[in-house]
Amino acid sequence: MSAADCDTPALTLYRLHGCPYCERVVRQLDRHGLEYNSLFVAGEHSRRNVVAREAGTRSVPVLVDGDTGVTMAESGLIVEYLEKTYGEGGD
Amino acid sequence: MKGAIDVVDFPVPEFPPSDHPTEGDMAPDFTRPLVREGYWEDVPFSEFAAEAGSALLVCYPLNWGGKSLYWWKEIRERGWGGDSVGVVGVSISQPFDHQRFIESMDLEYPLYSDPGNGVAQRYDIVHDLDGMAGIEEPRPAVFLVDDDLTLEYVWVAETWPETPPYDEIEDELGQL
Repeated sequence: MSAADCDTPALTLYRLHGCPYCERVVRQLDRHGLEYNSLFVAGEHSRRNVVAREAGTRSVPVLVDGDTGVTMAESGLIVEYLEKTYGEGGD
Repeated sequence: MKGAIDVVDFPVPEFPPSDHPTEGDMAPDFTRPLVREGYWEDVPFSEFAAEAGSALLVCYPLNWGGKSLYWWKEIRERGWGGDSVGVVGVSISQPFDHQRFIESMDLEYPLYSDPGNGVAQRYDIVHDLDGMAGIEEPRPAVFLVDDDLTLEYVWVAETWPETPPYDEIEDELGQL
């Protein structure tokens, strides 16, 4: 990460209040000590156009990594990605 | 894992220990606007319970979120409440939002409006919301009281988020 990026985390998480899969990702982001933009979306899928535009899905969680250009859904895949990219073996 | 929840097999955040009231204790009384589809008015919880015969207080997460939509749909479909027990929700929405929620969900249950989260504070079930600075709400919980606010049954979530044990609660309602 370059110095210019320090004020704006490269990671963005689209999450839903009360969604266990989203909390799973939050827990992993915290565990890796990662800064991220935390964006809450609506409970109804019909009100998630912003997620659909960004990720091509209306399901959350969705993680966007500006550093690697990765956008992904599915908490299991996201956890795996975080571990691989930012975990013990990563970087 | 301690406090594993029913639908997922991965760790989620745990709540800290709580000194919430338990079975046999007196439930703390409170007065808040009780919102119905047509109007709202300040109603002491003790008065609600006395008039209903007993009361199930459902402390639930934000209206329109991942839990409230499912919870109230489930409670509505199970048809909780009746001649001897009144079901009532409490969450931090302001009254107008509660009205829209009641209307949208077609709920026959009234909802207490508690934007300051004072009820949760009194019951020691405060949940500071991660990622929403300055906002707290109740932990998921249900408190079943008789007509003088003696607690008959209590469930308080240990992890976030957690779904109420509907069948267990329904058994308790059946024993009233």
